Amino acid sequence: MDKMPRWADIFLVPLINLMLAFFVAGLVVLAIGQNPFDMIYFMIKGALGSTSGIGFTLYYATNYMFAGLAVAIAFHARLFNIGGEGQAGIGGIGVTIVLLAFDWPHWTIALPAAIIGGAVFGAAWAAIPAYLQAKRGSHIVVTTIMFNFIAAALLGYLLNGILKSPLSQNAESLGFPPGAHLPTAHEVLAPLGIAFSKSAPLNISFLLALLCAWGLWVLLWRTRLGYDIRTFGRNEKAAIYAGISPVRVTVIAMLISGALAGMLAINVVMGEQERLIAGFVEGAGFVGIAVALMGRSHPFGIVLAALLFGMLTQGGFELLWEMPAISKEMVLVIQALIILFTGALDNMVREPLEQLFTRIRKAQS
Amino acid sequence: MSGENTAGRPETVAPAIELVGISKAFGPVQANKDISISVARGTVHGIIGENGAGKSTLMSILYGFYKADAGEIFIAGQKTDIPDSQAAIAAGIGMVFQHFKLIDNFSVLENVVLGAEDGPMLKGSLAKARKTLTSLAQEYELDVDPDALIQDLSVGHQQRVEILKALYRQADILILDEPTGVLTPAEADHLFRILRNLKAEGKTIILITHKLREIMDITDTVSVMRRGEMMSTVNTADTSPEDLAERMVGRKVLLSVQKKPATVGDTILEIDNLRVVDDAGVERVKGISLTVRAGEILGIAGVSGNGQSELLSVLGGYMNATGSITINGQSIDLTGKHSNGQSRRARGIAHVPEDRQSEGLVMDFMAWENTALGYQRDPAYQKNRLLMDNAAIRADTEAKMARFDVRPPHPHLHAKNFSGGNQQKIVLAREIERNPDLLLVGQPTRGVDIGAIEFIHQQIVELRDQGKAILLVSVELEEIMSLADRIAVMFDGHIMGERDPAKTNERDLGLLMAGVNDQQGAD
Repeated sequence: MDKMPRWADIFLVPLINLMLAFFVAGLVVLAIGQNPFDMIYFMIKGALGSTSGIGFTLYYATNYMFAGLAVAIAFHARLFNIGGEGQAGIGGIGVTIVLLAFDWPHWTIALPAAIIGGAVFGAAWAAIPAYLQAKRGSHIVVTTIMFNFIAAALLGYLLNGILKSPLSQNAESLGFPPGAHLPTAHEVLAPLGIAFSKSAPLNISFLLALLCAWGLWVLLWRTRLGYDIRTFGRNEKAAIYAGISPVRVTVIAMLISGALAGMLAINVVMGEQERLIAGFVEGAGFVGIAVALMGRSHPFGIVLAALLFGMLTQGGFELLWEMPAISKEMVLVIQALIILFTGALDNMVREPLEQLFTRIRKAQS
Repeated sequence: MSGENTAGRPETVAPAIELVGISKAFGPVQANKDISISVARGTVHGIIGENGAGKSTLMSILYGFYKADAGEIFIAGQKTDIPDSQAAIAAGIGMVFQHFKLIDNFSVLENVVLGAEDGPMLKGSLAKARKTLTSLAQEYELDVDPDALIQDLSVGHQQRVEILKALYRQADILILDEPTGVLTPAEADHLFRILRNLKAEGKTIILITHKLREIMDITDTVSVMRRGEMMSTVNTADTSPEDLAERMVGRKVLLSVQKKPATVGDTILEIDNLRVVDDAGVERVKGISLTVRAGEILGIAGVSGNGQSELLSVLGGYMNATGSITINGQSIDLTGKHSNGQSRRARGIAHVPEDRQSEGLVMDFMAWENTALGYQRDPAYQKNRLLMDNAAIRADTEAKMARFDVRPPHPHLHAKNFSGGNQQKIVLAREIERNPDLLLVGQPTRGVDIGAIEFIHQQIVELRDQGKAILLVSVELEEIMSLADRIAVMFDGHIMGERDPAKTNERDLGLLMAGVNDQQGAD
């Protein structure tokens, strides 16, 4: 029998974690002489208080969904892909090459092509560490982290070289053709009579991310490949006994992981910036690790965790604006506390709660 | 340690150990329920019970690993608290675990001293230990080279080191948990000689085992545990194996396997000059040849680690080998692309692996997911080209659980939540119901309770009677002798000889298992 009801596992534990995190963060804010309730108020208001706030929150959440799903599929094969950052960056190059290659007539044609571009480039970047892990036993954590640096360097090199826009002083590419413009939330919702902020970068990629989450769920729990991946990740010896090839599973799981990370570029490069700018991933690839941990590697959980992290990011920016005494580093501390409590200290809440539920059950029977 | 009244019944002396009303619960599971026993000084006391009966929990409480919810412990009449293993050692309790707690690349001496050093510098402690070891070796037949590294010692010798560790710490009470599981019969005999010597010196010994023969052999008194309760404590002389088995299970149990003589058909499996080299470059199987025919069980006996596991791995498709193997006259790929679990299953080989928890099951999977393990590509389990038909797998699991009497019969329960016997039934159901031409079975009843052993043996015999070939690997001699139609003994990667179970005995097989060569024959 499971130790706790499912609802407690999925909702109650994260909720208590979150409250503990805010409590400790509140103490930190108190220590620098600020009002912790203001902090919570401005964060929530900034993230959800306006359509602009919501638009930014969901835009960040989109990035975190892609990055979190990428980490999760690798987790299911017991691979720790910390290379989402680099794979997303390289994915951006793929998206850019595809979108600059033609004068795209309409986004419905440009989007599938850009998805292929981003996914293939991201997957290719993950393929090298995957191969090294599967065939040579090089640890994937080490190789993917190295590849993050190589990707950043490569991106910088290309954006100061052949991809650099002659029209700009900055390390960025030419703007994409107008036909490659993805509909924003404002453009989609306006015909329906809903006024959504024009400035928010939320675009159609949000739906793509949700689709990917659903697709990953189907892949993991409804297909043979997903069965193979999960078996391998939970018990390698049993997988070998069952005739599942560790090399095949390792490589495929990492290819999917890299492809998902690469698709993060759709949201940022194609959806928001409409050109390739150096350093566009801005750490979202790393946040994906925390998102996957908090979402317990389940696509549904990842969507929820990505929303929370989107709120944290947007709320954090707003906090900087509203409470000048709280520095950028302080915002990072608050975010880190939340990650610490929800991810790393999960068992601190889970175990007492499990005991509580067993005791309640015992009392009832 | 005054030797006067140790041989007979020490009437007036307080018992060496007395447990009163010990209870321990893990969540909703009551592992020990109000247990009271008393073990007299200078006796060997056996504790038997099925898996999960609570023997190990009880001993863990005695050794300070767990704290009892209720109850008291008296050592030599003194009420004693045992909060940790240090306290247990101080109270004179020594424990020899089933899985040894030794450091492989340390010498015997260093292992003995570890944790019992006299001060920061080792030299004095080591010299003292060397002296003690020499005298212990003479006293109890416990000879081990003090300077040998653990990794170079046989399992039997490693166990002696464990006993020495306990004695070096002045243990008066020695607890042994399934001590003969990894020993050859000769090594087990030697162990029992040691235990008798210890008893003669006034030491008290508690022996946890599931082997009824050992209980009958060496113990003075025996306690039977069932479902966390102490059912009864009897004088060994007043009981019989059948009686003990019945007390353990709670019903009459057939200790011997009921089977008709084998009706042997064509050769199914033919192995010729098979050699296996493992990843470390060590040759594990050194040119063996075997045949198994339809309708017979070939039993492979031997102490574990003599190449049997590698043989099963090669047949199961996940270890490379040289030589040749044919199934139904057709050779199978031993090194190439087609050497994997999937292609072996396609050739009619089903495999119940030796270690169900680390190989045969995914413990974090639900029962129904485990039913698809190895058969995840079976067309019956697919909805269409893309998707698996989870509902069909669940239905199939439910049917299999009913036929194999898996309890509780819930396909949604995770594998780790079933008892050992029921886990094994899930694996057996999955493999036997495939109706294979050849069934590989490794340690079918390891860690399985007596009631389930009976059932599992019946299933294997039934498959044989349907004209299937069965290759059985087991370290339990009794199991091999009662199930197999022919017995081959493996030692150090070789087949030492083949025997007809009707015309051999444990001594004969034990010699082969210890590597004493053939040709002397059974006497």
